Amino acid sequence: MTSQRTLCRDCFTWPPSTSAAPPERCPRCGSRRLVSHPELDRLSIAHIDCDAFYASVEKRDDPSLLDKPVIIGGGRRGVVSAACYVARIYGVRSAMPMFKALAACPHAVVIKPNMAKYAAAGAEVRALMRDVTPLVEPLSIDEAFLDLSGTDRLHGGAPAETLARLTGRIEEKVGVTASIGLSYNKFLAKVASDLDKPRGFFVIGANRIEQFLADRPVSMIWGVGKALYRTLLADGIRTVGDLQGLDERELMRRYGSIGQRLARFSHGQDSRAVEPGSVIKSVSSETTFNDDISATDALRPYLWRLSEEVSDRLKRKALCGWVVTLKLKTADFRSHSRQRRLSSPTQLADRIYRTADSLLEDAVDGRRFRLIGVGVTDLAGDRLADPRDLAEPGLERRHRVETAMDAVRAKLGKTAIMKGRGLRVDTLKQSPSSRLHPEDDTD
Amino acid sequence: MKITIDRAALLKPLAHVQSVVERRNTIPILANVLLRAADGTLSLTATDMDLDVVESVGCSVDQPGQTTVPAHTLYEIVRKLQDGSEVELTAVGDSGRMTIRAGRSNFSLPTLPMEEFPALSGDTLPTSFVLSAADAKTLIDRTRFAISTEETRYYLNGIFLHEAKAGDVAVLRAVATDGHRLARVQMPLPTGAAGMPAVIVPRKAVQEIRKLIEETDGDVQVSLSENKLRFAFESSVLTTKLIDGTFPDYERVIPTGNDKMLRVESSMFKRAVDRVATISTEKSRSVKLSLTSGTLTLSANSPDNAQATEEVDVDYAAAAIEIGFNSRYLMDIADQIDEGSKAVFAMADAASPTVVTDESDDGTLYVLMPMRV
Repeated sequence: MTSQRTLCRDCFTWPPSTSAAPPERCPRCGSRRLVSHPELDRLSIAHIDCDAFYASVEKRDDPSLLDKPVIIGGGRRGVVSAACYVARIYGVRSAMPMFKALAACPHAVVIKPNMAKYAAAGAEVRALMRDVTPLVEPLSIDEAFLDLSGTDRLHGGAPAETLARLTGRIEEKVGVTASIGLSYNKFLAKVASDLDKPRGFFVIGANRIEQFLADRPVSMIWGVGKALYRTLLADGIRTVGDLQGLDERELMRRYGSIGQRLARFSHGQDSRAVEPGSVIKSVSSETTFNDDISATDALRPYLWRLSEEVSDRLKRKALCGWVVTLKLKTADFRSHSRQRRLSSPTQLADRIYRTADSLLEDAVDGRRFRLIGVGVTDLAGDRLADPRDLAEPGLERRHRVETAMDAVRAKLGKTAIMKGRGLRVDTLKQSPSSRLHPEDDTD
Repeated sequence: MKITIDRAALLKPLAHVQSVVERRNTIPILANVLLRAADGTLSLTATDMDLDVVESVGCSVDQPGQTTVPAHTLYEIVRKLQDGSEVELTAVGDSGRMTIRAGRSNFSLPTLPMEEFPALSGDTLPTSFVLSAADAKTLIDRTRFAISTEETRYYLNGIFLHEAKAGDVAVLRAVATDGHRLARVQMPLPTGAAGMPAVIVPRKAVQEIRKLIEETDGDVQVSLSENKLRFAFESSVLTTKLIDGTFPDYERVIPTGNDKMLRVESSMFKRAVDRVATISTEKSRSVKLSLTSGTLTLSANSPDNAQATEEVDVDYAAAAIEIGFNSRYLMDIADQIDEGSKAVFAMADAASPTVVTDESDDGTLYVLMPMRV
């Protein structure tokens, strides 16, 4: 058997392993935070995931919350955006409806999401990641894949050591903890980061990988959602081991292109590269109402606020997009989305709003809605954004008005100047939950 | 109804009408062609509710009558029949079927009563004038590439046809724009067109009219009202509804003071743009024009760092300028300028609209919005 390699995550030294059993404490600093694995100094693909990120940021900013169950989520009708580890003890989970979460944990401290704050903290985390490698592929605001291949000499240590130092720096500089999954491909790195949380470091090596995966449920494979999971169960496939017994061609014949992934992932194979380019695919924002709404006039103020929110973030990221999507969820939880392609890509709140509003007019038919969302997709750099339009000279003037308003807000704050169409008390109270969607948005 | 007709004579009008019929129809009668036989003539009508085409063709009418049958099916049958064969169409009373017989082939198609068939044509339209086929073609070809496909701006989804004044001369003008480029063509106002309503002709009608022009050398009778337009050819008549909307005040966006003049042979220019644009991204398709005295340098680059440049000798004497355009739009315009003729670009700066004209044709004008490069 190959001997264990051990790393101390506090003093970043490699205590020698005298036998197959790794030491319990670091001989140098006495820390128990040791990570051991025979391939520890050879693996270089990592997934780093911050622990209960939104809640951690709030606890960082208000230490009185440290030992309390904290839930980040909006309003009486919203869902849980994040729950701290204390709240999780009571069974609170992300995406759980708020009323259920509060039933499980009535004494939880509920905080409305402050996306701007989380985005700022997320950007700090990402900057620290980029300090160690340019190959950072963000999956969401608080998690990313990192490829550290070939950085040993640059950082004077194996990727594992660089990663341990990196999470140390994230704790020190950003004030939140993160967990590391380390392996030889993206699929396994993501699996690993989930297996030791919070503040964890889990390693999956190539040796006996099939055995490692065999007993795990097929739902752990990225791309196996509820529907496919049910299909697989019906076909008698419950574990990854069940997949390992099947031929790749057979799986493709049965399930289409996902079959190939099922086959390869089940053997621990994943050839996807860490791609720093595939950052953001869409920018969207949505809000759930306190009470269902059916009238167009009552929906419009929300639509405007969301359009502004999306526009703000496009502008901040120097992006624009060709397609505007309107999303509505009815009182009986059916989602509807409609989209329209523009003649030129936009980042203007005014154009996003006008396009979404025309979609809204087609969609409103007396049904009651509980949620409305706006998104912009098919993104491009803002060099192409909102060119002058020969058929609409008014566009240029509206463009200038918006730019002027942006300038005032940058100086005096967000509510310093507003359009009449957004002025409705209830929309001001409710801050929309918004997300940046990377290529495969997990969570 | 019972008629006999040569296959080729039937195929041609059927080809015209079946292209009007939408492939997917929720209203069954709209999938059908209306056949009417009387006085030695078979007339065929198809409609999509927005436009209809009526074709007439001589035939031997054994028994006058009318019926409707599925247009695409009838077209496919006739298309596949042996060339040179005689086709016999028979629909007896209320049988609900029409038989098609040619040689040893027999078909029977279900019919729908003609009373259900919607009528667009028939009424007379107040304004009427004559255009030569060549002029009608020019009006369409020089503008249709600029028609917008954006649903939200439905009023740009067609060609704006109207009467205007060029100096003191009354002209007939066709204009189309998608916001990125604008095409305007004009010709002396034909007799009878004075006082015509300004109309927007929808894209589908433009396409169908263009197909019909292709097969005629004679004159075209144009008649119109505020909401309908008709093009009458020798053996076909197309009537279309018009787009109910207001075309933007396009004259305001045509700059008049642009003084940086570039003259370049259009086909050579087009080929150079095409070559350089090969590496430009699918999304922006931008090319940069860098002008210095006597030389145009076309250049493009892609996000993954490919680069291309090409130099072209041109007539240019104004101050140096760099300006970017969508390469496809440049080529669309160059396509409309005859081989060997020169395109004249009148530019102001990198952010303002550029005017392009054809040196050998003072009736056409294009406006092109620059791109940031």
